[in-house]
Amino acid sequence: MTKPIRLGLARRGFAGRIHALQTEECETNLDPSELENRLIEMGFIEGARVEIVHEGAIGNDPIAVRVDNATMAIRRREAMAIIVI
Amino acid sequence: MLAPNTSTLNLALVGTPNSGKTSLFNALTGSRQRATNYPGVTIEKKAGMFASPAGRTINVIDLPGTYSLRGRSPDEEISRDVVLGRLANEVRPDCLICVADATNLRLSLRLVLELKRTGASIVLVLNMFDIAKRRGIMIDLDQLSSELGIPVVTAIAVRKEGSHELLMQIDAFVSRQPDTDGLDSWQPLSAQELRGMQKQADAIIRSAVTPPSKPETLTSQIDAVVLHPIAGLLILLGILFVMFQAVFSWAQPAMELLSNGFAYLGLLVHNALPDGLMQSFLQYGVISGVGSVIVFLPQILILFLFILLLEDFGYMARAAFLMDRIMGGAGLHGRAFIPLLSSFACAIPGIMAARVIDNRRDRLTTILIAPLMTCSARIPVYTLIISAFIPQREVFGLINLQGLVMFGLYTAGIASALAVSFVVKFMMWREYEASPFMMELPDYKLPRVKSVALGLYMRAKMFLQRAGTTIFSMMVLIWFLASFPQPPIGASGPAINYSFAAYIGNAIEPLLAPLGFNWQIAVALIPGMAAREVAVAALGTVYAIEGGKETADQIGQVLAHNWSLATALSLMVWYIFAPQCASTLAVIKRETGSWKWVAVTFGYMLTLAYLAALMTYNVARFLGAG
Repeated sequence: MTKPIRLGLARRGFAGRIHALQTEECETNLDPSELENRLIEMGFIEGARVEIVHEGAIGNDPIAVRVDNATMAIRRREAMAIIVI
Repeated sequence: MLAPNTSTLNLALVGTPNSGKTSLFNALTGSRQRATNYPGVTIEKKAGMFASPAGRTINVIDLPGTYSLRGRSPDEEISRDVVLGRLANEVRPDCLICVADATNLRLSLRLVLELKRTGASIVLVLNMFDIAKRRGIMIDLDQLSSELGIPVVTAIAVRKEGSHELLMQIDAFVSRQPDTDGLDSWQPLSAQELRGMQKQADAIIRSAVTPPSKPETLTSQIDAVVLHPIAGLLILLGILFVMFQAVFSWAQPAMELLSNGFAYLGLLVHNALPDGLMQSFLQYGVISGVGSVIVFLPQILILFLFILLLEDFGYMARAAFLMDRIMGGAGLHGRAFIPLLSSFACAIPGIMAARVIDNRRDRLTTILIAPLMTCSARIPVYTLIISAFIPQREVFGLINLQGLVMFGLYTAGIASALAVSFVVKFMMWREYEASPFMMELPDYKLPRVKSVALGLYMRAKMFLQRAGTTIFSMMVLIWFLASFPQPPIGASGPAINYSFAAYIGNAIEPLLAPLGFNWQIAVALIPGMAAREVAVAALGTVYAIEGGKETADQIGQVLAHNWSLATALSLMVWYIFAPQCASTLAVIKRETGSWKWVAVTFGYMLTLAYLAALMTYNVARFLGAG
């Protein structure tokens, strides 16, 4: 079994499933529970298939993530809260 | 209770962003819709009406797109409050029409489950059902309906008969009354409940929806190019460049037609009436005044055509993705891209569109710099000066020099906006971090002609109403100021030299003289406060009345004759920055709820305008253009 990593650290082409949401240590200016709610509303829940399909030009940020059959744009900083396998 | 076919029914369209809610709204109501504001707030309320097959009057409102009822932004709060019937003066809808993209049900179904908690009577509309079918997505409607416990209908909002099934269902709704039990006990969901609902939605999808054997690839193929870190940015730049060349050159024939038409009309009036005040009022005050504004309708329509097409195609979200870090470097949110792009048409919808940014500081920064985007009202001023002073010539073989100057003016606006935003971020909100950028990149869709046409029609109507009311009354005012008092009998010199306009112009002229502005410009800038493009008509009035009969349709030539190149350049630069639009300032007051931000905007823009024009004039004179 592969080791869980943060989606915010994965590169383009990464495909896997969401293992957990850890919003507590995330360096965002949102309240951790607010970030968690928003991620869930955008479809990021445990078990969902994710794949990084695009990266931005500067610092490979933001990333476009395929979540099941929708594509979501998200910054790497917030994607740090998404633990994937 | 009233007989079924005479009672009205109130529907509300609810759905996630990109669900095609607005297309369905357009398909249902056609042009029988109006945009007003919800009382007390400045969120646009799109309401319309239509008749059901049984002849019942149906009122329908198109609520702002939302992923949940938590109300994370003012828009989403409106959606929540209407759904819950909490908004004063708004009836609770008899039925919620939850619109979902049939190709992408996950988030919509979670929203449906959340809406069900409110006790509302709900119908789920699977929009874009044709696309889902074509892609091989099989949806068991009966299964979906029984799992969700609500009626499910399909729709193809982009087709004429696509909402037929929904219409047929509508008359059945009246028998079901929404139950109000859920309303008082409604609470925002916890993360755990949200999670549970999404899992439930995913389970329903597994039982009712069969995914296609092979996934859709067109969107990812296009995105491979359009979202490419380098190619994508070049494409974005290319699109913007084509857009501005188009605004400048495609509109030309139509504009000439309009301008000739108004000149001919003026001539007719001139010949039909005896010389005197009435003749002057109709020809110069009314016809040439309003005509010189309406002439710009083709350019405004072309610009809006591009914006509407890009929006419907699904490109706007990509543009926000590409621009996020670049804008982030200047302290802006990626979402600010859409309000700022809209501001190219007009700062007013742009400032209003800033509502999609839920963080207040991000929103304020965006509102503050939106007026620096070159709005369509500046086009008349730029066009006039460019065609009078910049030679019609090709540079590097294929680029039109006039178009290039126009592009330069737009670029200057953008660059200064980014600079101001950067300064704001570091001066005022240093400790502050930008809020997260999270948005859906919808699948590409071919824009539908009817929806784009309807959008253009609404914009044209808005513009013409403005031209017909505000601008017309300003034109009458400027004509009055320029015509009264009449010169004393036997006076030598142009009549306008004795008018109120001359007094005002001469009074502020010393302040503007360092910028190379003469008193005629000073006079034209005053009515230009009502709307930037009025300055063109005002210049026309000032010069036409001064110069006599033939000059009204040749303002450009008159300017070329009366101004130096340095003055012309200085005035163009002034217009990049100057807060010359009372309506924009009024909207900023409404949106921010404070005069402080109006004062800040007015102050910083005026300062920039004065300094930049001063510099331009002196540099141009130094280089020999004086």
